[in-house]
Amino acid sequence: MADTAPLARRRPRRRARRVVALLYIAPAALVYVAFAIWPAIHTVYLSFLDWDGILPATSAGFSNYTDVFTDPTLGPALWHAIVLIVFFAVIPCALGLLMTALLQGNVRGMTAFRVIFFLPQVLPLVAVGITWRWLYNDDGLVNQGLRWIGLGGVTRAWLGDYNLALVALGLIGTWAMSGLCMVLFLAGAQKIDVALYEAVALDGGGPVRRFFAVTLPALRGEITIASVITTIAALASFDLVFVTTNGGPVDRTTVPGLLVYRLAFNESDIGRASALAVVLTLIVIVFVTAIRTLTREKA
Amino acid sequence: MNPSRTATVARYLVLSAMAVAVLLPFVSIVLAALHPSGAQISGLSLPTTWSWSNFADAWREANFSHLVLSSVIIAAGVVPLAVVLATLAAYSLATLDPLGGRAMSVAFVLGLTLPIELVVVALYFDLRQVGLTNSYLGVILAETALFMPFGVYWMQNHFASIPRELLEAARVDGAGSLSILGRVLLPISWPALTTLGLLYFMWSWNQFLLVIVLMQNPDLRTAPAGLGFFVGQYSTNIPLLSAASLIVIGPIVVLYLIFQRNFVSGITQGAVKG
Repeated sequence: MADTAPLARRRPRRRARRVVALLYIAPAALVYVAFAIWPAIHTVYLSFLDWDGILPATSAGFSNYTDVFTDPTLGPALWHAIVLIVFFAVIPCALGLLMTALLQGNVRGMTAFRVIFFLPQVLPLVAVGITWRWLYNDDGLVNQGLRWIGLGGVTRAWLGDYNLALVALGLIGTWAMSGLCMVLFLAGAQKIDVALYEAVALDGGGPVRRFFAVTLPALRGEITIASVITTIAALASFDLVFVTTNGGPVDRTTVPGLLVYRLAFNESDIGRASALAVVLTLIVIVFVTAIRTLTREKA
Repeated sequence: MNPSRTATVARYLVLSAMAVAVLLPFVSIVLAALHPSGAQISGLSLPTTWSWSNFADAWREANFSHLVLSSVIIAAGVVPLAVVLATLAAYSLATLDPLGGRAMSVAFVLGLTLPIELVVVALYFDLRQVGLTNSYLGVILAETALFMPFGVYWMQNHFASIPRELLEAARVDGAGSLSILGRVLLPISWPALTTLGLLYFMWSWNQFLLVIVLMQNPDLRTAPAGLGFFVGQYSTNIPLLSAASLIVIGPIVVLYLIFQRNFVSGITQGAVKG
């Protein structure tokens, strides 16, 4: 009985402290809600309107959403973004894993290599895009290399090629993202207990068994993260496409980000731009959830 | 040669091949930037005359004096503001058990997956209404908001990793929550804060979509945003474009080479802890 009185007094004090603690969060929350959450909600609202940005808006129901899937330019853009996942996420992760399998163990001078591999991660994508425009140019390094190895017959202006522009664009993503995946996986592999490898070796397992039995499961967390980051980069790409192809040739490399910008700020079709942005966000959420589910540890 | 030695040599060959693949594009634009302006260049080739003047020409033609000034003003606003706000919020979420803290942590983390495309359209009209388009303040606040999820998440992980005993001891000594943050936590948090500040600077410097939408006035755009439009005007002048790209890449590469450890750990660990 003697203990309950102070406890009862302490409870409201504790509650007061928990409320005061909110003051620390308030400034961040205010800016975050006003400049990120509210606009996001507002975009959802705009997606149900027919609005040119100036005249009074009229309700559009779901028509902007049906347009996203039926319009001859919007639908393909979503498809292009999904194709880009192969180049931004799948190939870099596979390459990263391959390199990890090959390079495991301590390599002297790894710091220098890591600095180089990670470099594309810090560069403004606009500058990366301009660099690759030049590399893919008629006289650029890519064609020069092809001529040098005797493949002069296949040279072309890659980013202007009707069938290959999207692949060429995707390979820029492969160049930019592979280093990130590799650095993540190599760092993760260094934390693996050597005893596990010895156990596989005792069982007579070779390097392939060792990779699939030990390395791959141990890197589960890193694989999840690498695929989430790179998949979002593919789906939400804008900068790179804007400076390299701007969607061309003939809309063969359009991506949702580019069309959201174009619809909203060049064509004053705010409703459709917003609907496309919402659909893009839903696709991002679906992919991120799928990756997390697929790579979750099976209990 | 014994097998392990062969393996080591093979490793270095593979690593070096990858390194060359990453670096060749840079070599290519550095060489291109040194060719005479407007010259026809072929792949990797040494210029006959080294034209350093491309950098001065690109600086003038692309109006970089204005662009770089804008970039610096915006970064100088975003970095301190975003670091301070994220640190305060994360401190409370990690150690003070605020009311509804768990839900708020989740709300911040969810922001990590939202693409800018979802925000940017309505943000333009919202800010236009209150006169914050074509305004440094508008871009600074928008970037601060967009970078907030990562900062809160990063600092929250950092504060959560600090031993409880340290905080308890200060509390028993009668220190208030603000003085615990200022006198106990911040002095041992410089590495985490430096990393966060560097990442914020990089993201602010590199930000493109947000800036071209919120800054319709070309004079107020940042260096990458200006560069994005410069391409349209000089699409065939490879030396000039290369020089302009190098000007935009320069500051971030210098920072990266000095603080590479912070950049790598920030991007990899910041992600992995999720």
